[in-house]
Amino acid sequence: MAEKKAERKAEREEEEPRIGVYVCHCGVNIAGVVDVKEVAEYASKLKNVVIARDYKYMCADPGQQLIKDDIKEHKLNRIVVAACSPRMHEPTFRRALEEAGLNPFLFEQANIREHNSWVHMKQPKEATEKAKDLTRMAVARARRLEPQQKPKVKVERAALVIGGGVAGIQSALDLADMGFKVYLVEKTPSLGGKMAQLDKTFPTMDCSACILTPKMVDAARHENIEIITYAEVEEVDGFIGNFTVKIRKRAKQVLEDKCTGCGLCAEACPVEVPNEFDQGLGVRKAIYVPFPQAVPLVYTIDDEACLGCGMCEAVCGPEAIDYDQKDEVLELKVGTIIVATGFDQFDATRKPEYGYGRYENVITGLEYERLVNASGPTGGKLLRPSDGKEPHRIGFILCVGSRDAKVGNPYCSRVCCMYSIKNARLYKEKHPEAEVYIFYMDIRAYGKGYEEFYRQAQEEYGIKFIRGRPGEVVEDPKTKNLLVRVEDTLLGLPLEVELDLVVLAAGMEPARDSDKVQRLLRLSRSADGFFAEAHPKLRPVDTLTDGIYLAGTCQGPKDIPDTVSQASAAAARAAIPMAKGEVETEPIVAFVRKELCIGCRICERTCDFGVITMVDRKAQVNEAICKGCGACAAACPTGAMQIRHFTDEQIYAMIEAALREEAEEGGREEVKAEAR
Amino acid sequence: MAMAEFEPKIVAFMCNWCSYAGGDLAGTSRLQYPPNARIIRLMCTARLDPAFVLKAFAEGADGVLVAGCHIGDCHYVSGNLKAEKRVKMLKKLLPELGIEPERLMLRWISAAEGERFANTMKEFIARVKKLGPSPLSVSARG
Repeated sequence: MAEKKAERKAEREEEEPRIGVYVCHCGVNIAGVVDVKEVAEYASKLKNVVIARDYKYMCADPGQQLIKDDIKEHKLNRIVVAACSPRMHEPTFRRALEEAGLNPFLFEQANIREHNSWVHMKQPKEATEKAKDLTRMAVARARRLEPQQKPKVKVERAALVIGGGVAGIQSALDLADMGFKVYLVEKTPSLGGKMAQLDKTFPTMDCSACILTPKMVDAARHENIEIITYAEVEEVDGFIGNFTVKIRKRAKQVLEDKCTGCGLCAEACPVEVPNEFDQGLGVRKAIYVPFPQAVPLVYTIDDEACLGCGMCEAVCGPEAIDYDQKDEVLELKVGTIIVATGFDQFDATRKPEYGYGRYENVITGLEYERLVNASGPTGGKLLRPSDGKEPHRIGFILCVGSRDAKVGNPYCSRVCCMYSIKNARLYKEKHPEAEVYIFYMDIRAYGKGYEEFYRQAQEEYGIKFIRGRPGEVVEDPKTKNLLVRVEDTLLGLPLEVELDLVVLAAGMEPARDSDKVQRLLRLSRSADGFFAEAHPKLRPVDTLTDGIYLAGTCQGPKDIPDTVSQASAAAARAAIPMAKGEVETEPIVAFVRKELCIGCRICERTCDFGVITMVDRKAQVNEAICKGCGACAAACPTGAMQIRHFTDEQIYAMIEAALREEAEEGGREEVKAEAR
Repeated sequence: MAMAEFEPKIVAFMCNWCSYAGGDLAGTSRLQYPPNARIIRLMCTARLDPAFVLKAFAEGADGVLVAGCHIGDCHYVSGNLKAEKRVKMLKKLLPELGIEPERLMLRWISAAEGERFANTMKEFIARVKKLGPSPLSVSARG
């Protein structure tokens, strides 16, 4: 029975094309510009088109049902939908075909929304003509489509998480709890990321380290998690289910299995360098852990700063120091990858009018976090960098490097309002007599408990909110006090406020090594420079590369609750293929028409992936590793080398249809354009 | 002789991952540009057989636009470099056929560059308009 059905299906797919064309209104998105009825009417007259309809929403259930019913009733064997971008709904319609018993690759979508109605809104006549052309091109290609089978591949039950901040830790813990092996790779010597550098967190005033470090320890203890610190991903190869990853684990020159973290070595070390964990405000030794609760608690020798004096080696009881240790390159097999590479703080020297880098008493938000932190360089006492005195008048300037087209960051960093209010409150708690100002454009207190937190800051803490973006900050060279010039836009008055300390709420930017990560994983970036999700609403943690997911601020600015939620979401998404154990992959790969192959080997030389070999002087494709780019097919002098679903005939048909009206008469029977 | 303004016919080959997606972003951002181009989606510009470009001109295209990922961003590592070489070769070949090489344009447009996509369309269409109908398109149109 099933066999017969399959046979019938195969026969139908081989037969003369019987094409159904569906023109979507997309509400008014398309129909408001394009005359959809005219397009359907036009399509109905094209060769091989048996039926053409227009409908309000093709992607909705009734729209899909329309296609399924027509496939059965009119024995359609090719479907064309003229609607949104295929990058949006091609999977939707392919599924509909499948449900109606038709091979999903016998489908073609004409993009008459993103590439037409939305970009030619004031030219309805031209847009309608273009929609007809695009539909004609799609029909021409549809005629030559062939059924394809999606190959199934096994999925490795292990995941790579890149980045050991709170996002990476959360994703790793969730996946490990589900029973998957996780490799958690961190660039610095310890897990923790930016969250470890924060003092208190809004709006609950939890101490950041107190809520983060237990998670770090959980990750270290978890039997399914392997933490690889001081390491970077160097190479990623393969595809969903079967990624091969090369990781360079830099030499710490300290043996991880021997170091007890006692710290005698650091005490003995004579070299002091600025501590990057404290934003360079404090110092650390050449042998160091970034902060006391580091995980793993293993010391690292900073090779650039080390004099090689041997003091650490001399005092180390467990003999953990190994100056000859070399970088190690690990090769891992994983099924999925989560990118959690975080953000970097905006470089405030790019706003020279605020004097950061020139005036000692202008600091950034992250520097403030370290200065008020009990384990920070001042033991938690906020002191002016110029004279070590406690400031009486502090001003926080918001939107430094955010919502600022001049520095190329039109987006909102989403955390600066709240962290500045939090930092202002922290100071007022200890110094109720202090004068604290916040210079803002708008206060964005959108999260749970945030608005209440902001209200309290105004009403109970007496923090003064001045609405206006300061034009400049000027230093008094004698007192090192600062004069903030701002227009209070609520009063419409220019103000000058003298302050002892100015804190710039420097926003979030894509991490500085985003280019490298992007290249390694072939990710896309959105206009703001952060990594792009597959769909802003419906696939917010997927990327366009199957098997790779995004967590945390590498995808865009967010606060800790959103980061943790997204990290759990990414883990849940990554778990799907690993739990299933196998996935279907795209069948778009090269194949050879043997009778045309002359054995010239041009394709072999053109391929960057080593996919093509010569067997009996004819090219042969290893489909499992072919990526389907088409370089070989474009280079082949005889047309022997082809790409499935993108054959020469299919592309030539589109070129011809783009430039030529068809001469042929329409479908053979029941030609009609119907509206429902 | 009074004539309606010349509206060139443009065929564009774009890669699925960057430039086609950049076109989608131009759409979602509602960036307006002239409607002369007909886009053919390829998975990668590496698939661009030089014969596709010649075929487009032979069929009467007044201009051909090829757009792919920026160098270093190619989904297939170096497909765009291959396209670049082929376009260079074509630019040398086209004058032999009586076609100005300016009628063929190669641009890198990422998925995030909706504005660059719209500007490229505007720029290229204006350029081809200035060049006038392709000598081949005049004969193809009879």
